[in-house]
Amino acid sequence: MDQRRKFAVWMLVMLAAIVVFSVLALCMGQFHIEPARVFEELFGARRALAAQDNVRTVLHNIRIPRILMALIAGAGLSASGAAFQSLFANPLATPDTLGVANGASFGAALGILLGGGAAEVQLLALLFGLAAVALVYAVTRGAGAQNPSMLMMILAGMVISSLFSALVSLVKYVADPQDVLPVITFWLLGSFSGITRSSMLLGAPLILVGTVLIFLLRFRLNALSLSEDEARSLGVNLKRVRAMVVAAAAMTTAAIVSACGVIGWVGLLIPHIARMLFGNDNRYVVPASIGAGALFMLLVDTLARCMNAAEVPVSILTAIIGAPVFILLLRRTGGLRT
Amino acid sequence: MSIEVCAGSFSYRRGTPILQDVSFSAESGEVVAILGSNGVGKTTLVKCLLGFLPWDGGVTRIDGRDLRKIRGRELWRRVAYVPQARAPVFSYRTEDLVLLGRSPYLGDFAMPGKRDRELALHAMELAGIPHLAGKRCDQISGGELQLVLIARALAAEPEYLVLDEPESGLDFRNQIVVLDLIERLCREQNITAVVNTHYPDHAMRISNQALLLFGNGVHLFGRTKQILTAEHMRAAFGVDIAIRSEPVNGREYAAVIPLELIEKGEHGRWIEP
Repeated sequence: MDQRRKFAVWMLVMLAAIVVFSVLALCMGQFHIEPARVFEELFGARRALAAQDNVRTVLHNIRIPRILMALIAGAGLSASGAAFQSLFANPLATPDTLGVANGASFGAALGILLGGGAAEVQLLALLFGLAAVALVYAVTRGAGAQNPSMLMMILAGMVISSLFSALVSLVKYVADPQDVLPVITFWLLGSFSGITRSSMLLGAPLILVGTVLIFLLRFRLNALSLSEDEARSLGVNLKRVRAMVVAAAAMTTAAIVSACGVIGWVGLLIPHIARMLFGNDNRYVVPASIGAGALFMLLVDTLARCMNAAEVPVSILTAIIGAPVFILLLRRTGGLRT
Repeated sequence: MSIEVCAGSFSYRRGTPILQDVSFSAESGEVVAILGSNGVGKTTLVKCLLGFLPWDGGVTRIDGRDLRKIRGRELWRRVAYVPQARAPVFSYRTEDLVLLGRSPYLGDFAMPGKRDRELALHAMELAGIPHLAGKRCDQISGGELQLVLIARALAAEPEYLVLDEPESGLDFRNQIVVLDLIERLCREQNITAVVNTHYPDHAMRISNQALLLFGNGVHLFGRTKQILTAEHMRAAFGVDIAIRSEPVNGREYAAVIPLELIEKGEHGRWIEP
C-alpha cells in the first residue's frame, strides 16, 4: 500500500483506539463507574444539575487528570525520544540522554527530604531537570569547541547524569529510612498514582508546548540526523534548530518526570515501533510516536491501576510489557530499521 | 556568474598553514577539479570554500558577493554540496533523502509540498535514478547512493555544485556514470561544478580548469591541460608519470600512467613546482 495511505489509516486506527480506551479507562478501576454515567459526566447537558457525589469527584479530580497525564506523558516521552535519536544520529538515544531524568529525580528527592508539598516537589524536580540540561550545554560550550559535536554532548550528558544520580543516592542515604526514604523510592519508580488536577495542570502546558514544537520540527529532524556539514549545506541553521530540539525535548521530559517520576523504556521503544511501521522519515516517525506513545502509556497505566488492589508502579510495567513487545516486533519485522 | 576563492588561507594549527593564498574561480558551466595527494588539504579546501570552516585569510565569493554575507537559506539554494557517499545512520528511502534537498526553500516548521516532491523526483530523473525510488538507502549500492546524493543536491536547483570525491570507492563503470553526469549537468543545466578528485584522468576528462595542491600551502591553478602535466604531477604526488592521449570518435581521452615512486627531496617535498 502507498506509504501515505498506510500512515493515514494507522493514525486513524490509533486515534480511535485512544478515544475508546480512554473512555473504558474512565470506567475501570477499584471504584467502578458505569459507562452511561461517564458519558453523562463528559457530555451530558444535565451535569450542572447533578449533585456533587463520589462519582463526580473520582472522575474529575482523579481519573480524568490521570488519564490525560498518561496520554500526554506517553506522547511527550516518545516524541522526545524520536527527536533525540535524530538529533544525536543515534538509535539508542532516549529522552534521558542529557541527564534530565536524573536531574529531575534529584530535585524531587531533595524536595521530599526538605519536607516540601506536592507542588514544591514537582517544581523543584522541574527546575533541576532543566538545570541538568543547561549544565550539559554549558559544559559542551565551555570545552572550547566552537561547534560542540553531538558526541561531546552525549558524553557531557552521561557525566551530568551520573553526577545527579550520585546526588540522588546521597539524598537517599541521609533520608530517614522510616518515613522519608520510602516516599523517595516510590516517587523515583515512576507512577501516575499521585497525579491530581493541579499537578496535571502544572506539567501539561510544558509537555504540550515541547511536543508540539518537536512535531513542527519533524522534517528538520531528518536533516539533523545527517552529518553536520550535510545538514548545514541543506540550509539548516544548526545552532538554532538544535537548540530548539534540545529545549523542546528537555522541557517535555523534565515536566513529565517532575509530575510522575522516571518512566523508562517508552522513549526508546515507541519511536522504534514507529520506525518499524513507517520507516525512518520523521514526518511519519514523530506523529506515529506521539499516537503510539499515548496509547501505550494509557494501556499500561490502566493495567497498573486495575491489576491489583495495591498499585504497581507504571515504570515496572513499561519494561515488563515493553521488552517482549519489542522483541516480538523485532522478530516479525526482521530487525531494527535504522 | 562565478564562484571564486580569493587568497584563501587556512591552518588547523598556528604556524603550519595547510592552505596559503589559494585563488581560483569557476565561471558558469565550467568544471574545476581539485587534485593533490592524501592529506594535502583537498577536503579542507572544500570546507573553507563552503564556509564550513572559516578562512584564516581570504574570502569565497559567489557572483562577487562575500559568501559569509549571504543568508544561509539563500546561499544553499544556489550552492549545493555533495559529500562523500556515506550511508546515513538512519536509512531513509531514496526519495525522502532527495526531498531533503528542498530544505533551503522551507522554513524550520514547514513541510515539503507537492511541488517539492515533484522537483525531487525530477532531480532523480536528471541523475538517472528514477528506478531507485521506494528503496531504502541500505538496500542500494555505494554508486547508487552517490547518485542519490547528487540528486539531492540537484533538488535545490542550484547554480553551483561542490562535490567531494564523488567517484571515490566506485567501480569502473559507476565512476564514468558519475563523471558523465557532472559533465552533462554543466553542459545542459549550465551548472558550475567544483570537484575534488584523486584521479588525474578524471580531471582531464571533465574539467576545464584544475587546482593542483602540493602541500605546505603550495599550489597551481589554470587550464587543466597546462596544470596536469607529467612534471607537475610528479612533484605533487611523488610518482613518475607518463601521459598518453588516445583519440576515439573525435574526442581525446587522456590516460595517466604511474611509473615509479620517487624519493622525497631535502625539504620533505618531492620537487619544487
